[in-house]
Amino acid sequence: MRCGLIAKKLGMTRVFDEDARQIPVTLLKVENCHVVRVRNQEKDGYTSVCLSGGIQKESRLNKPEQGLYKKSNTTPAKKIAEFRVSEECLLPVGAELSVSHFIKGQCVDVSGTTQGKGFAGAMKRHNFGGLRASHGISLSHRSHGSTGQQGMSHVFKGKKMAGHMGNVRATAQNLIVYDILPEDNVLVIKGAIPGAKNGWVFVQDAEKKDVPKDVPMPAGLKEIKKAVSQETKDAEADVKGDAS
Amino acid sequence: MNFLQLFDKKNIEKSGKTFPTFKAGDTLKVHTKVVEGKNQRIQIFEGICLGRKSRGMGSTFVVRKIASGVGVERIFPLYSENIEQIEKVRIGKVRRARLNYLRDLRGRKARIVEDIKKAQKEREEAKATS
Repeated sequence: MRCGLIAKKLGMTRVFDEDARQIPVTLLKVENCHVVRVRNQEKDGYTSVCLSGGIQKESRLNKPEQGLYKKSNTTPAKKIAEFRVSEECLLPVGAELSVSHFIKGQCVDVSGTTQGKGFAGAMKRHNFGGLRASHGISLSHRSHGSTGQQGMSHVFKGKKMAGHMGNVRATAQNLIVYDILPEDNVLVIKGAIPGAKNGWVFVQDAEKKDVPKDVPMPAGLKEIKKAVSQETKDAEADVKGDAS
Repeated sequence: MNFLQLFDKKNIEKSGKTFPTFKAGDTLKVHTKVVEGKNQRIQIFEGICLGRKSRGMGSTFVVRKIASGVGVERIFPLYSENIEQIEKVRIGKVRRARLNYLRDLRGRKARIVEDIKKAQKEREEAKATS
């Protein structure tokens, strides 16, 4: 099992495909996604990686947080989250992940915190039908109606009623990665994603679908690309040096 | 301009669509692609533009016409691949951005006066550029 990515929801728009169909897409920005800590089997009893997201001012950090970023040699982040991974997918501390972690067309699960709706009635919260508009109904058109039967003398636990709605973690499953913009480090995902604009979301391989074979294992790192370019630069420098 | 707007702008430029500037009250001829099985043909929908909605890639415009005595309105996505061409037939003189009041009017009252001055000006400009 690979780790996911921490991303920021930029918002929704639409694109047109070849058949001129309109496709709703959500843009997710991946920024400063570093491995800040690794949990291993010997010490912690399970394996996972802690990832960072977003850039935080250094002056806003407390001492323990400063220590964490210093130890992992990474840029201070606004968000940290832990992803359970299998042992072969553990990553080195300090590695930076990019959107190339996912490939075009694969399915992902995206989790986020839904928009808070406050104290909502039963109609909005549980899709109840409400009571009738006429036929003698007064002052209770949006009521939930009966809460039980006679003789029970109590209401069953878990009865759907009015209450706080939203502001909970929700996961949208099996969304298709429509496009990847590596230069801007942005994921274009088909469909809606829980949460408000500028909210944090966690993108992972879809749990209910097979992970495609050509996905980068153990993760799509940014460092690898840089290393390659460094080598080619060195090689070029060598060539130039020889020529002179 | 935020990233979302830039993304839309890039996609719009990529689609390579260019339209004449038009607004509510103008009479338009919209050439749309219609796919029937394997064949493809162009269908023209002509009517008065009731208004435009500007939402980047999601921009649309509404065209209304009277077809055999029945009012028909179509909402076209502006940047759809199915829209081949938009022709501006007539420039209307209106004082509103949305002409929803036309739905309640019939016959002579539902007319829109042509903005002759503006039409002439545009014609001259077109001539000058060509």
